[in-house]
Amino acid sequence: MRARLALIAANTFREAVRDRVLYNLVFFALLMVAAAPLFGVISIGVEKIFMVNLGLAAIVLFGVVIAIFVGTGLVSKEIEKRTLYTVLARPVARWEFILGKYLGLAATLAVNTSCMAAGFFVAVAYVSVGLHAADVNLLVALYLIGLQLLVMTALAILFSSFSTPIFSAAFSFAMFVIGNFVEDMRGFAAMSGGPEGWLVRGLSYLVPNLGAMNVAAQVAHGQPVPGALILADTANALFYAVAALAAAVLIFERRDLK
Amino acid sequence: MAVIEIQNLRKTYKTGFWRKTEKEGLKGISFEVREGEVFGCLGPNGAGKTTTLKILMGLIFPSGGTARILGMDIHDPRVKQQIGFLPEQPYLYDYLTPLELLEYYAGLSGVPARERRKRSEAALARAGMSEAANMPMRKCSKGMLQRVGIAQAIVHDPKVVFLDEPMSGLDPIGRREVRELIQSLHDEGKTVFFSTHILTDAEAICDRVAVLDRGELKGVDVVADLLSKARGKVEITWQGQPKIESIRAMSLDYHATGESVRAVVKEADTDRVVDAVRQAGARLVSVTPVHGALEEYFLAKVDAPKKEAEE
Ligand SMILES: Nc1ncnc2c1ncn2[C@@H]1O[C@H](COP(=O)(O)OP(=O)(O)OP(=O)(O)O)[C@@H](O)[C@H]1O
Ligand SMILES: [Mg+2]
Repeated sequence: MRARLALIAANTFREAVRDRVLYNLVFFALLMVAAAPLFGVISIGVEKIFMVNLGLAAIVLFGVVIAIFVGTGLVSKEIEKRTLYTVLARPVARWEFILGKYLGLAATLAVNTSCMAAGFFVAVAYVSVGLHAADVNLLVALYLIGLQLLVMTALAILFSSFSTPIFSAAFSFAMFVIGNFVEDMRGFAAMSGGPEGWLVRGLSYLVPNLGAMNVAAQVAHGQPVPGALILADTANALFYAVAALAAAVLIFERRDLK
Repeated sequence: MAVIEIQNLRKTYKTGFWRKTEKEGLKGISFEVREGEVFGCLGPNGAGKTTTLKILMGLIFPSGGTARILGMDIHDPRVKQQIGFLPEQPYLYDYLTPLELLEYYAGLSGVPARERRKRSEAALARAGMSEAANMPMRKCSKGMLQRVGIAQAIVHDPKVVFLDEPMSGLDPIGRREVRELIQSLHDEGKTVFFSTHILTDAEAICDRVAVLDRGELKGVDVVADLLSKARGKVEITWQGQPKIESIRAMSLDYHATGESVRAVVKEADTDRVVDAVRQAGARLVSVTPVHGALEEYFLAKVDAPKKEAEE
């Protein structure tokens, strides 16, 4: 089983590389380089804050776009193109296929994010003349971004297991946006009370709290991220990723292939 | 021993936006395929051949009935170790080369890592794809993809091989090669189950055939029996005398085009007909035993109910 998962994941990674998914890194590099001249006009001290915010936002955005667009096609494209026939006629369980695909895209995103992170650190080191002890917080921020991507990939697979790729992408993107406003929704619910308050509160527990995994503002100002938050985010992300994948498997397991 | 057992297998497809419209793909078919047999599944378009194969491969779920392979339920994971499958018009990962694809699939089927390369190369060679083994699949022609599809069905040395229209998309040489390949699988003692609507192919290599039509099983027969039943007919052609009444009277089929005549007669009448041709002063062109026994069987099975329905 582990061997098959590894094979499927490796093949998914190979597909992503050959489909030139990693080319987005070039754009990221260009963005970082293009941002550099701007720093001349911003006052000292502010430039690092700006750099960190821009860099982390770009890393999330590029990652989420890949998670959604590759993730929604991951399984549905194989059903559509019928490449799955020759895979599932082998000793590959359907859940193994989904999990293998998921792990493959997760590995792709890990490599992609690591490359962007390396470029990001170079840029930060450049504007703040070397790295400092407080920059460890940037690693925490990157870890939390990784968690967001794990959740988004699982959601993309879930949506694509019962919907068309375009709808799946739209749903996933909506989830990403709503997930970033979970705190605000809970705030609104607490203030308004009433039925709409309950509705919003209910919804806020249905979507993953991605906003809590976004600590760009704190780390840009050199503030540490509380350990409790890291733990809570980790638990939250794992819960949503596992739940979404399990639901995707349940749907896929009994389904007729086209 | 029965390698494939199908009992009262049914499949109802639900179509339409609300999945309300029902379409019967299989209306309860039962048959068995024995060990070491080359078994042909014949039938016109839409007969249910692909549906049967997809159920056997666990790609779709039957609406009723049971199917077993090698004595195990088709959803038993151990079944998949022992079978190979070529889908109709195989769609394969186009970002891989044939060799990469086969190594990947060999791995999924549990072939140990150090044997994968060797086995993949051997399977590609058997399917006549050695030369293009490292060419990106998106550049392969239809016939080449078909060959890769065949190679991936045998790369893990399965006991039972399922092929959905293995000759489609191949040139005449390719078709002969695939026939020979099936023959060699047969010689190795493997069981081969394949679907086709090319009757001559089935006739040449099958031990037994099943005829399907619109989701129903019309019959299962031993090909050798069919051939001997239908033997005993001879086609005689000559030139120069379009109307020889004595021959026309005993012909099963008599067709004159200008000076040339083609008559099909019982084998027992051959000598009399040939004499009559000589006496009439015509030039005898050929005397050939009639082939196409399977075609007659097929048409009879598929057509008879239609005629009944029309009457
Ligand atoms: N996914 C599907 N949804 C609805 N109907 C289907 C589906 N697949 C097959 N059918 C129907 O089931 C019947 C049998 O189809 P099947 O593909 O098994 O035929 P076949 O014998 O393989 O034909 P061919 O020689 O054309 O390949 C056809 O009437 C077809 O329209
Ligand atoms: Mg078919």
